[in-house]
Amino acid sequence: MISVRNVRKAFGANPVLRDVSFDVAAGEVVCLIGPSGSGKSTVLRCINGLEAHDAGTVTVDGLELSRETRRAVRGRLAMVFQRFNLFPHRTVLENIVEGPVHAQGRPAAEAAAEARALLEKVGLSDKAGAMPASLSGGQQQRVGIARALAMRPKAILFDEPTSALDPERVGYVLRIMRDLAEEGMTMVVVTHEMGFARDVADRVLFMDGGRIVESGKARELLTAPREARTRAFLDRVLNPL
Amino acid sequence: MEDFLGRSIEFLPLLWKGVLVTIQVTVGALLLSIVLGFVWALMGRSRLGPVRMISRTVINVIRGIPIIVQLFYVYFVLPEFGLSLDALAAGVVGLGVAYSVYQAENFRAGFESVDPALVEAAESLGLSERKILQRLLLPLAVRTALPPFGNTSIMLLKDSSIASTITVAELTRAGQLLAVSTFQNMTVYTLIALLYLAMSLPLTLAVHQLERRMKR
Repeated sequence: MISVRNVRKAFGANPVLRDVSFDVAAGEVVCLIGPSGSGKSTVLRCINGLEAHDAGTVTVDGLELSRETRRAVRGRLAMVFQRFNLFPHRTVLENIVEGPVHAQGRPAAEAAAEARALLEKVGLSDKAGAMPASLSGGQQQRVGIARALAMRPKAILFDEPTSALDPERVGYVLRIMRDLAEEGMTMVVVTHEMGFARDVADRVLFMDGGRIVESGKARELLTAPREARTRAFLDRVLNPL
Repeated sequence: MEDFLGRSIEFLPLLWKGVLVTIQVTVGALLLSIVLGFVWALMGRSRLGPVRMISRTVINVIRGIPIIVQLFYVYFVLPEFGLSLDALAAGVVGLGVAYSVYQAENFRAGFESVDPALVEAAESLGLSERKILQRLLLPLAVRTALPPFGNTSIMLLKDSSIASTITVAELTRAGQLLAVSTFQNMTVYTLIALLYLAMSLPLTLAVHQLERRMKR
């Protein structure tokens, strides 16, 4: 579904991705973990062309990402952001139909009906007419997920979807993501939620210094990492004191 | 005081024509300044360096020349290049161009106030650049630009009096002529001041209303 091959990326003289390669199969859930600045968010942003990679190839659903194909690739993906990035001047429902109607050209009535069903799915059917600013962070992120699903994407990219939430709001969002995974959605998730990675991900990639240091089945990598750097990172994250 | 009221009733019909011309100049110049200002602001966001440079240069040059000199230039100098405008048109063009750079700066501040993360969200939905401009940048930029826009509009209303220097018979010039012929300086200039206020206060209120509507 998604294939990242030998991708390199530098911001000025500062290399953030040094030769990153991995694949995500259809229906697979892959979590990217690692310290801040390791390049995991940048990898995600290279997949849908929010960042242009300097070298290597990114292929989504058989389509190689380039300047020309960028919009077509984005039409097959959806992204959920750490800070939600809902459009503040539009209602919840308008946020959700924005992509289907104004990028995909689907009929407004059909998109609205689908949006209401998606709001139901994320437990916000009473918020269709609300403005994003009137919602809590957790509710906004659920709208963010509904907005992503409304694109009928082949895969969803999650960029630290729960990092900006109050701790007691994290669970609801993670449960929605787990349900999506169980329904067979292809997902690439940058996260610090090790519990989610262990229970939901098929595979975990550990990144450090712009490289994938280690990758493997979620439970194996998280409980018995082979690399010293992975061990050190997990030790710090799981035992912060 | 009685004198003032009596003379006011006599003078107001004479000044009324001036009010109408002032409104014409202000509205015409305002519309032109918005359109041109939007063009400068868009050029300032271009991916092409030279286009951005043209926009910056235009803004800095026009902003650096007194409006009265610009009006003289349009009215007295452009005819030598074969472009003759009557006084009213010259006033509208001169003030519209002069004010376009302030509008451009209002728009620019509006565009810059939009969180780039929202643009990324729109991009990741696959919206085209044009749709992103129409549906995201413009509505959000206008909200931020509205208060300074109101300010600019009121300044333009008052500066329309500069058009009197190129013989446009707007309120200030109508008043000057009246004052010279009647020697009633106090009555005439007080009336003029009150008439400008009567135009600017509703404008202020209208902008306030718009701001409140847009905040929802």
